[in-house]
Amino acid sequence: MKLSTPHLLGIKDLLPQDIRLILDTAKQFKEVLQRPIKKVPSLRDVTIVNLFFENSTRTRISFELAERRLSADVLNFTTSASSVSKGETMLDTVNNILSMKVDMVVLRHSASGAPHFLAKHISSAIVNAGDGTNEHPTQALLDAYSIEEATGSLQGKKIAIVGDIMHSRVALSNIHLLTKMGAEVTVAGPPTLIPKFLTEAFGVNVTYNLKEALQWCDVANVLRIQLERQNQPLFSSLREYNIAYGISRKLLDSLQKDIIIMHPGPINRGVELDSDVANGHESIILQQVENGVAVRMAVLYLLAGQ
Amino acid sequence: MKTILTEQQISLTIQRLAHQIIEHHLDLKETVIIGLQPRGIYVSDKIVEELTKNLPGRTILYGKVDITFYRDDIRRELHVPNKTEINFSIENKNVILVDDVLYTGRTIRAALDALLGFGRPAKVELCVLIDRRFSRQLPIQPDYTGKVIDALITQKVKVQWKEKGEITGVIITE
Repeated sequence: MKLSTPHLLGIKDLLPQDIRLILDTAKQFKEVLQRPIKKVPSLRDVTIVNLFFENSTRTRISFELAERRLSADVLNFTTSASSVSKGETMLDTVNNILSMKVDMVVLRHSASGAPHFLAKHISSAIVNAGDGTNEHPTQALLDAYSIEEATGSLQGKKIAIVGDIMHSRVALSNIHLLTKMGAEVTVAGPPTLIPKFLTEAFGVNVTYNLKEALQWCDVANVLRIQLERQNQPLFSSLREYNIAYGISRKLLDSLQKDIIIMHPGPINRGVELDSDVANGHESIILQQVENGVAVRMAVLYLLAGQ
Repeated sequence: MKTILTEQQISLTIQRLAHQIIEHHLDLKETVIIGLQPRGIYVSDKIVEELTKNLPGRTILYGKVDITFYRDDIRRELHVPNKTEINFSIENKNVILVDDVLYTGRTIRAALDALLGFGRPAKVELCVLIDRRFSRQLPIQPDYTGKVIDALITQKVKVQWKEKGEITGVIITE
């Protein structure tokens, strides 16, 4: 059993059986993480570099923890403390690191397609940890794992993806994954934050009415408003966004059904999610973070064995 | 294809192994049984069943361990993991590892590694249904043996179970 691809560049390239294999393997790693000693020697002869050309808290810590729990040797690289600030190109930086016998690269970059570019030039396995507004495959995998854990299966589930769809790599990876695994997807948000032709391209439903989407769904995956990627005003104010598209306790209670609330973090509290919703009993946000380590262990383990 | 043990012989052998375990550990108070995934658990299930019959009223601590993440050949072949289920501490316990066929000894080496994640056992013993002697690659020997056989490296020894949709028995194929 192995993955059909030597890298994890995006969910787009995965077959449904690859996704199944990753999620099933992650289940066994989650059991490892419940043990008194949460470490296995699987990757003890593998060296992994975490190349983060863009800021991150959860993803970087989650990857690093996953690598260490697999007994891999870990190198951390952040642009601010490197020769990239002296003008070295990404490819030169990576080739220099790889010449020191590094087996795998975990890459986060603000440019969409950066890991795909790298894959054309190096032979080591690459894991995309988020590239611009394109994909964030491990986030979609851990979201899928969390949905399965909470509801039993993805097949036939109704998932609403709410908020800034336009700038979100999490949304794109989630749409690819959920539709491949037989779930139904509706995206909801202001018209300025939803790209055109989504229905034609991916077969997802689009609505600009939040309540309608919540009434329809089993699970709502609420995305962060990515102010850092917006160079022009796309809605009038955060307060107005909160009134129209923020999820409040009152709104959830008015649905008269139970839905599950997810968020990939970091949360803008009081913008897309009110605090009492983020902390409420419907929320599985912290379980998502916990599952992230197990899912990343599965991805690294399966790619190292190629 | 040659049959080495029939269903009836396996059943008798398992009864004997269970009795030998009781002979050494009496009431099994400080002893736990750990079956090896994926195929050893068919043997351990039956041994635990037999032990329960012989020690009425006693709950036997029984777990299952998967060694996939502890293998030494991940670069050669990727294996799909099975479930590990050890819901108790093995600290200071006598652990009896159970597998179907002992061959090179590498699986048991990995299992010993895996056990350390659940505590420091007082003692670890090994119980196997079939011991393929003269084919070991590591210094590992069983404490309880169902049947010792000599088979060539080119031959395959397989324990089949009707629970898996096969005809129960131990067979050798070329």
